[in-house]
Amino acid sequence: MELTWYIILCFMLVMYIVLDGFDFGAGIIHLFFAKTEEEKKQVMRAIGPFWDGNEVWLIAAGGVLFAAFPTLYASAFSGFYLPLIMILWFFIFRALGIEFTYLINHELWIKPWQKGFGISSLLLSLFFGVAFGNIIRGVNLGGVEDGLTQFNNHYSFFTPLWDESFSPFAERPGVIDWFTITIGLVAVLTLTIHGAYWIILKTEGDFVEKLKSKILPLWIVLVICITISLIAFVALKSFNHEIFSQHPSMYLLPFIAFLSLLGMLFAKNSNKTWLGFTSSTIFIISGIGSAVASLFPVIIPSTNSIVDHLTIYNTSAETYGLEVGIIWWVIAFALVLVYFIFVHTVYKGKLTEKHDHH
Amino acid sequence: MEDALLYDRLQFAFTITYHYLFPQLTMGLSLIIVIFKGLHLKTNKELYNKAAKFWAKIFAVNFGMGVVTGIPMEFQFGTNWAQFSELTGNIIGQTLAMEGMFSFFLESSFLGLFLFGEKLLGKKLHFLAAFLVFLGSWASGYLIIATHSWMQNPVGYEILANGKFVLNNFTDLFGNPWLLPSFFHNQMASLVTTSFVIGGTGAYYLLNHKHKEYAHLFLKTAIITGLISTLSVAFPTGDLLAKQVATKQPVTLAAMEGLFESEEGAPLVLIGQPNMNEKRLDNKIEVPKALSFLTYQRWNAEIKGLNEFPEEIWPTNIPGLYYSYHIMVGLGTVFIGIMILGIWFLWKKKLEKYRWFLWILLFAIPFPYIANTAGWYTSELGRQPYLVYGLLKTVDGISESVSAGNTLFTLLGFIGLYLVLGFIMLILVGKMVYNGPESKLKTH
Ligand code: HDD
Ligand code: HEM
Ligand code: HEM
Repeated sequence: MELTWYIILCFMLVMYIVLDGFDFGAGIIHLFFAKTEEEKKQVMRAIGPFWDGNEVWLIAAGGVLFAAFPTLYASAFSGFYLPLIMILWFFIFRALGIEFTYLINHELWIKPWQKGFGISSLLLSLFFGVAFGNIIRGVNLGGVEDGLTQFNNHYSFFTPLWDESFSPFAERPGVIDWFTITIGLVAVLTLTIHGAYWIILKTEGDFVEKLKSKILPLWIVLVICITISLIAFVALKSFNHEIFSQHPSMYLLPFIAFLSLLGMLFAKNSNKTWLGFTSSTIFIISGIGSAVASLFPVIIPSTNSIVDHLTIYNTSAETYGLEVGIIWWVIAFALVLVYFIFVHTVYKGKLTEKHDHH
Repeated sequence: MEDALLYDRLQFAFTITYHYLFPQLTMGLSLIIVIFKGLHLKTNKELYNKAAKFWAKIFAVNFGMGVVTGIPMEFQFGTNWAQFSELTGNIIGQTLAMEGMFSFFLESSFLGLFLFGEKLLGKKLHFLAAFLVFLGSWASGYLIIATHSWMQNPVGYEILANGKFVLNNFTDLFGNPWLLPSFFHNQMASLVTTSFVIGGTGAYYLLNHKHKEYAHLFLKTAIITGLISTLSVAFPTGDLLAKQVATKQPVTLAAMEGLFESEEGAPLVLIGQPNMNEKRLDNKIEVPKALSFLTYQRWNAEIKGLNEFPEEIWPTNIPGLYYSYHIMVGLGTVFIGIMILGIWFLWKKKLEKYRWFLWILLFAIPFPYIANTAGWYTSELGRQPYLVYGLLKTVDGISESVSAGNTLFTLLGFIGLYLVLGFIMLILVGKMVYNGPESKLKTH
């Protein structure tokens, strides 16, 4: 049961990152590459009908986390208190930036919302990467100091935003240091390319050509960041081979990630517009999959030797709840699929001005 | 610890009060929009379609605000109430996760289609999209109230040795006797808000001699739904909910009514101020025996006063609770009065003539919001000092690792952000109302 729910949770989070990921990417492109009003509208058009539904994957995943792994939910959300609340604030600006921009036709109204949308998309991608970096690195569970825990609850911890040294090797590293920032940049670059391919897939015109020309430089920086973060990750912790040595087929995951990373570069010259978006999607899934698998069954590793890691087994809800939960989850998921297919059928193919809301 | 608790509570109270300003309108409006779309489908009159579109724009802005302020609510259980989440996640995690899976997906998928897809969908499918948005938003209300009802009246659970609340009966969770009265009361109250907003807008147009056709449609709709909802807020739903309180939280009922001493044939207090030092009500005006009758249908039934209960389980803020309750019920009575007058004038076709009445409707707009908020404060203050009634104290629910300073910082952040947003939102809605239903300006 725990395993089933863990797979459901990972599935929903990955769905979220794939789907809302292209919205974030579109926001970053809107900020840096869309110069004219026309180009900006084209970016908005590509995500307009979808972004709200995409965001619900996060809320629903949060609910599932709460129901299936309450201790994990309590631990991570209170431990990363400040960054999480700030993420919420950026969410507000992003959503209203999408919804409110064209409600009043005046430059002084439109400009700030556009910037708000772009900047918050950028920061959100960065922060999600940073959060992911923190989770795979582990935290000081129980708030251990001098060999003693500060909190009654074993799952409690609190991470400051940063430590003066900005080093992941510091005694008490903060949420933000150069290792997690690098992972953050990996997220930003991946999602930018992902978003670009979505816009290439869903719209047409000169802007699409312009985006294709941006893929190569983005991709090179991405590869550099990935290399740095991999080296740092190995230096930070003894890499857990357990699952990989028990199930050698798991090596497929990083291998697929590698192939799709190449695909993300070469798809730009292909005239099959779906290829690029598919590659970046597979890259996201297999990249996260590799990292998650390397930790399994641990979800949040403990950086001290006194408090145990949080695993899928010591944070889960009781069996009865998990069992009834499966029943309604499957029903709800079938419905979600129907809505999803319906929306994407209504908006199938290229979106043009006639789909615009303004 | 004390400070941390205070700021956690203030932050929850502030953000939820603010959040609920939006759903209370959108839940009602989604129904009204379905009605207008249905009338359009039946009669083919463009007036109904345009009316639906006009309210859909206002719906969209409120919905957007509801979404962005709702996400912080969902997160706050984990960020500020970590112990509560870990202890009760087995149970209320279920209802909250169901809300995400069943209602938020439904709403968000079809809202976009409804707002922007009229041409792509055609008339019938467009009506369906409106209907599904309505279904999603009411389902959302239902599931959040299911969560809340469990906190007021825990059922279907057992408590493990480590203190965790564990679900052992899923059907009990939804068969909670508190749930249906609370749900219908809440939905009717949200229709009250919607009726006053639509009615006030209609009144504003008539007073300005603008958009007369729409004004009459809005006034008629608002007065009919308003009469139904204001009446049913009091009876049967309010009455049924009060009976739940009387049986499951008698000490709360005594505090709501300001009843310090047990009485046979207890009076219903209309006006009076709780005096906590002397433990009595000052300056009271009351209807003899009415409370006993309303609660038990017998004029001489005994109602327990606060004196029967140990002070540790008294609600922590009795004056706040007492006033919230009386504000809700008092305003509810005034609303019924307004709507009865309204239906009379509508019947006699006198609405346009009695301009003072239109002024009343216009200025009444904020009051249902106040009544709704007061109602929720009655619930929440009535449950104190518990988070899960009788079982888990509020003090024991907070996040151990989050310090008072951090919460104060985020609380101030929320206050600042929300004030700015509220201002922007008022400008937007004001502009939409000012431009009127014929305006070409579209959402987005
Ligand atoms: C327009 C708003 C409005 C109006 C006019 C009323 N209510 Fe109400 N009431 C609410 C809006 C509301 C609410 C905000 O929606 C609450 C909070 C929880 C709930 O389910 O509904 C509520 C809760 C609530 C409770 C539960 C308190 C608790 O949980 O401890 C009772 C007993 C009543 N109401 C009773 C009444 C009665 C007898 C009314 C007679 C006029 C009335 N309400 C009018
Ligand atoms: C929209 C309507 C609501 C309003 C206006 C409201 C208002 C409040 C207020 C004023 C408090 C602070 C009470 C105090 O500390 O004295 C509070 C606390 C709380 N409420 Fe609500 N509430 C609403 C709905 C809900 C719902 C639906 C839930 C459950 C899902 C809920 C769960 C809580 C929790 C967990 C707390 C924190 C603990 C506490 O201080 O009691 N509330 N709410
Ligand atoms: C009386 C209590 C509440 C009611 C009736 C209610 C109802 C609604 C409704 C109808 C929506 C849809 C958006 C809208 O129409 O504005 C919404 C949004 C939302 N609410 Fe509340 N809510 C309540 C309190 C809460 C609480 C306590 C939480 C915290 C768990 C919460 C979490 C959310 C979330 C996460 C959203 C955004 C959903 C989306 O993305 O579509 N709400 N709420």
